[in-house]
Amino acid sequence: MKSEARIAYLFAMPWILGFLTFLLYPVLASFFYSFTDFSVLRPPRFIGLENYKEMVQDEVFWMTIRNTFTYVVAAVPLSATVAILLAMLLNTKVKGLAFYRTLFYVPSLVPMVALGILWLWIFNGEHGLLNMSLEKLGMSNPPNWLGDPAWSKVTLVMIAMWGSGNAMVIYLAGLQDIPQSLYEAADLDGARLAAKTRHVTLPMLSPVILFNVIMGMIGALQVFAVPYVMFPNGAPARSTYFFTTYLFDNAFRFQRMGYASAMGWVLFLITLTLTFVALRMSERQVHYDRS
Amino acid sequence: MKQKKFSLATVHIVLIVLSLIFVSPLLWMVTTAIKPIEETMTATPTLLPSKFLWDNFPKAVTYGSKELGYIPFLLYARNTLMVTLLCVAGSVCSNAVVAYAFARLRWPGRDAFFAVTLATMMVPFPVLMVPTFGLFKWLGWVGSFRPLWVPAFFGSAFSIFLLRQFFRTIPMELSEAAKIDGCSEVRIFTDVLLPLAKPALAVVALFTFMGTWNDFMGPMIYLSDQETFTLSLGLQAYQSQHGGTQWNLLMAAATVVILPVIVVFFFAQKMFIQGIATSGLKG
Repeated sequence: MKSEARIAYLFAMPWILGFLTFLLYPVLASFFYSFTDFSVLRPPRFIGLENYKEMVQDEVFWMTIRNTFTYVVAAVPLSATVAILLAMLLNTKVKGLAFYRTLFYVPSLVPMVALGILWLWIFNGEHGLLNMSLEKLGMSNPPNWLGDPAWSKVTLVMIAMWGSGNAMVIYLAGLQDIPQSLYEAADLDGARLAAKTRHVTLPMLSPVILFNVIMGMIGALQVFAVPYVMFPNGAPARSTYFFTTYLFDNAFRFQRMGYASAMGWVLFLITLTLTFVALRMSERQVHYDRS
Repeated sequence: MKQKKFSLATVHIVLIVLSLIFVSPLLWMVTTAIKPIEETMTATPTLLPSKFLWDNFPKAVTYGSKELGYIPFLLYARNTLMVTLLCVAGSVCSNAVVAYAFARLRWPGRDAFFAVTLATMMVPFPVLMVPTFGLFKWLGWVGSFRPLWVPAFFGSAFSIFLLRQFFRTIPMELSEAAKIDGCSEVRIFTDVLLPLAKPALAVVALFTFMGTWNDFMGPMIYLSDQETFTLSLGLQAYQSQHGGTQWNLLMAAATVVILPVIVVFFFAQKMFIQGIATSGLKG
């Protein structure tokens, strides 16, 4: 028995080291740094709560919070809705499921930078595919997607919806796991599609939805690459300057690593709080199979 | 019955329209990539080019064309491929070994450590960014590829989770029988479990490949010398310098960056879909 444990520790060793070096140490160190004034050139100097106090008064910080929350609130539910609807459409025993599934999935394979560049071209005001199509459909004055602060976030949310294929695959697998007998019982009761969706499909899918929405939220709170490529410096009018972009700029452009660490911890706390709230709020809505 | 047929037809029509919406940006990218430059700028753009300029691809990716400062594409492709392959190798080896310990062996602290491991997936990357950078700077690795691939050899929570779930589905009797035959723990792992785990290992390899090939923030933090750029970084640099002019060449370059990922996906589609499905369901 003892030798099994010894061998087990050897097997687990890469991750024990990796966990200590690339997770535990950075988490603790950034907590410490968040109370210091620290640039790469100078060693960290303890300044107590100064970084956090400064944050409260930092208008740019609050602006990135607003931008990020607006994005999360729009992008997460909308892409979840798209993903669930697509999955439900594909779960109708329609022919060519694998083909459609591939088509919906492929966009979420596209590397972020290539994706940003592709969308710059699609949303291009003069020669872009989108406005060209809108004009053909009779819209005389299509929005300036990239240059108008009122539309720039809409642009990013639409891109997020375009990438919901990954979640769709997960939802589809969840739908296929729902026992057919439940639908047959509902049929006997004379339930229509809407009733079946509400009383069978969504409750049975709810654990998957909860998991995906939480993961989607964690990801969306860290939105970075696509806006970074598409909207230099958060243009237009800083409407796409997000939390992680500002954190990144603080760390690597302004050499304010202490402040960036404090921001990192604020993001961590926001993530934990929102996850906790989501779990709590869903307690009564989410149906877990007890078997 | 008639109504059922009608609704299936509706589903098909909706699906066709939706898949057109999902695919058209990519098609538009490819058709732009083979257009002459004038046709990307006309007031009434056409869907298909008047002549197919396949030439745009080599043009966009050839090293050192002076007029426009094209990205040294082949060099960046080599850099990206090297980092990606090292990450795939590291992640397959380390995660298999670690997941085996979590799934098949008994040791004090195992379950608590596994719970902690799962919880680490909640830690946002920006929290880790500054100290990790400090660590690699202290090691003198900033500017090299090492910060991008060395961590892959120390496992990742997500892949450990995925492989552990798989290892647990293999009956314990197999290990016990091997043990009675005199196999050591190491032999059981290499000769009995690993061959059975090939599909799950392939999923880990695929996810790592995609993740590394697409990574943008990592290379941006650690690489500053133009010669060491990865494709993502090079594409971004090219776009920020020359963006908005040569759309056809830019789209050609983007196509070439996307292509390997799509090709890999098509060959491993089934595995991929299964991997994603299980990853999301048993969380």
